[in-house]
Amino acid sequence: MSAIHLRSHLWAGLAVAALLAGCQQNPPAEKSATVEERNVTAGQTTQPSTGTTSSGATGTTAQGNPLRDPRSILSKRSVFFDFDSYAVKDDFKPLIDAHGKYLQGNRTAKMTIQGNCDERGSREYNIALGQRRADAVKRMMMLDGATDQQIETVSFGKEKPRNSGHDEGAWAENRRDDIVYAGE
Amino acid sequence: MICPSRFISFVFALVSLLFASGAGAQLTIEIIGGGGTTIPVAIVPFAGEATYPYPLTEIVGADLNRSGLFKLIDASGVNPRPVRAEEVRAGDWTARGADAVVVGNATPQSDGRVEIRFYLVDVVKQQQLAAFSYVVTPQQFRATAHQIADVIYEKLTGDRGVFSTRIAYITKQGPRYQLLVADADGYNPQSIVSSNEPLLSPAWSPDGSRIAYVSLENRKPVIYVQSVTTGARTLLANFRGSNSAPNWAPNGRELAVTLTRDGGSHIYLIGADGSGVQRIVNSSGIDTEANFSPDGKSILFTSDRGGSPQIYRYTLGTGNVERMTFEGNYNVSPRHLPDGRGFIFVRRDGGRFNLAIEDFASRQVQVLTQGELDESPSIAPNGKLILYASENGGRGILAAVSSDGRVKQRLTAAASDVREPAWGPLTK
Repeated sequence: MSAIHLRSHLWAGLAVAALLAGCQQNPPAEKSATVEERNVTAGQTTQPSTGTTSSGATGTTAQGNPLRDPRSILSKRSVFFDFDSYAVKDDFKPLIDAHGKYLQGNRTAKMTIQGNCDERGSREYNIALGQRRADAVKRMMMLDGATDQQIETVSFGKEKPRNSGHDEGAWAENRRDDIVYAGE
Repeated sequence: MICPSRFISFVFALVSLLFASGAGAQLTIEIIGGGGTTIPVAIVPFAGEATYPYPLTEIVGADLNRSGLFKLIDASGVNPRPVRAEEVRAGDWTARGADAVVVGNATPQSDGRVEIRFYLVDVVKQQQLAAFSYVVTPQQFRATAHQIADVIYEKLTGDRGVFSTRIAYITKQGPRYQLLVADADGYNPQSIVSSNEPLLSPAWSPDGSRIAYVSLENRKPVIYVQSVTTGARTLLANFRGSNSAPNWAPNGRELAVTLTRDGGSHIYLIGADGSGVQRIVNSSGIDTEANFSPDGKSILFTSDRGGSPQIYRYTLGTGNVERMTFEGNYNVSPRHLPDGRGFIFVRRDGGRFNLAIEDFASRQVQVLTQGELDESPSIAPNGKLILYASENGGRGILAAVSSDGRVKQRLTAAASDVREPAWGPLTK
């Protein structure tokens, strides 16, 4: 393809993009938005509320967004799994219940659960295994009152490890679901 | 408001095409093991070829050597140098241990092109096995050398040569992922897609014109189809959930893919234009990694319906499902052999992941590789060599093993992790 030909297509494409601008709050191909970067959002939390306001599971307040309040369990977003397993461990049930109830109390809220795996085994089978990990958490949230339409489950398989090491410590960190709310 | 995500993807496709350059991604192939019987062949430099900057007979020799099936016999010092079949004196060559001799000549034409004639002579039986002539530009010498190697390979082994085919693979350099297409010997790498998010599972269309692949650029697995010649990209599957594991039906009109849109990972057929989505295999477990048989009548796939991931065969006409692997608790990534007689897969044994081959008739399994994390097998269209992803010193590399396990190669790219090889189809 010649450069000129390509450029004319690009202009046409950009014109289309301009027409569409603003129609999506959350551009799907936003390259910079990665799960890992969410860890730094602790520094962006709103002013901690004093005394009486609740930052519990279903509490939303005018002062603070509980999803970003480091004192709220809702700011915790990762669920870890054992090797070759998609069974949700008891340690993570309070976290999952909190998010499930938040979705029940905030019907406009939507989230994506991203399943991840360690580096061992088939890339495609790991996509399926990560999907199952995400589905397992979604199912629990639906028991808490969240609806199917509020939660999309996807999988990154072993493609986006949080820890790039090659030992059990790294693998344990990478066998994980991450919860990301729409707009984050 | 309706937001056609297809259009947005289109824009990004064009942006990524602007980066088309395979610099630094060229593969270097080394042979790290051979064995068995090899055919001794002498390749005499063609008369006139030294005039051109492309080492024609060197490329032919490198192709044959890399296959592991030939032993190159020193052709220097034979006087006068034969350039036609009738000039080959059998005794000169049998004395050196050669069974076959390749001679030829390159003659410039008035239009700037070059006529390349070559002859393959069996010096044991003293008969000419092949004689071909090509009129090409000097820029086509490399492609011509691969065609000559293909003829020699086929005449001497009885199998189709694959030196003129192409391979696709994915590199990761820092945060950058590229889907590249190169000649089978690693030369001429061309970047087809470039992205800051992972790319995986490239799959060639049967005619070699398009590659389907999975991209995570939309923060989820989405399947695209891209033209290898024009670079034009179309969205194949972007349903709710994950979209992955594309594999083309031999007719080139539809693909098998894994979708989770209805809950769980299941196998669907989808038209090559994204139309007509139809679920085909039913289970409550994971079903993925579909791979069509060469006749298009059945599909091998990975499923954990029995408790651990194993390979099953689904017959399209009848809907019959049959378990194919029984040893061990992790058998994945099935790929049909092109002759339809068996399949290659990845098995876990202890903590190691290795390629194995299973014969449909005998159900016998032979382990082919000895790495730690061997994965993503892709079989040459003649069935003789299997490319796969492995690792060496913590770096992703490609490796190749012959289907009898004897010939081994290692393919590395400078400063990149290489993974996800896909061997393209035979050229016409």
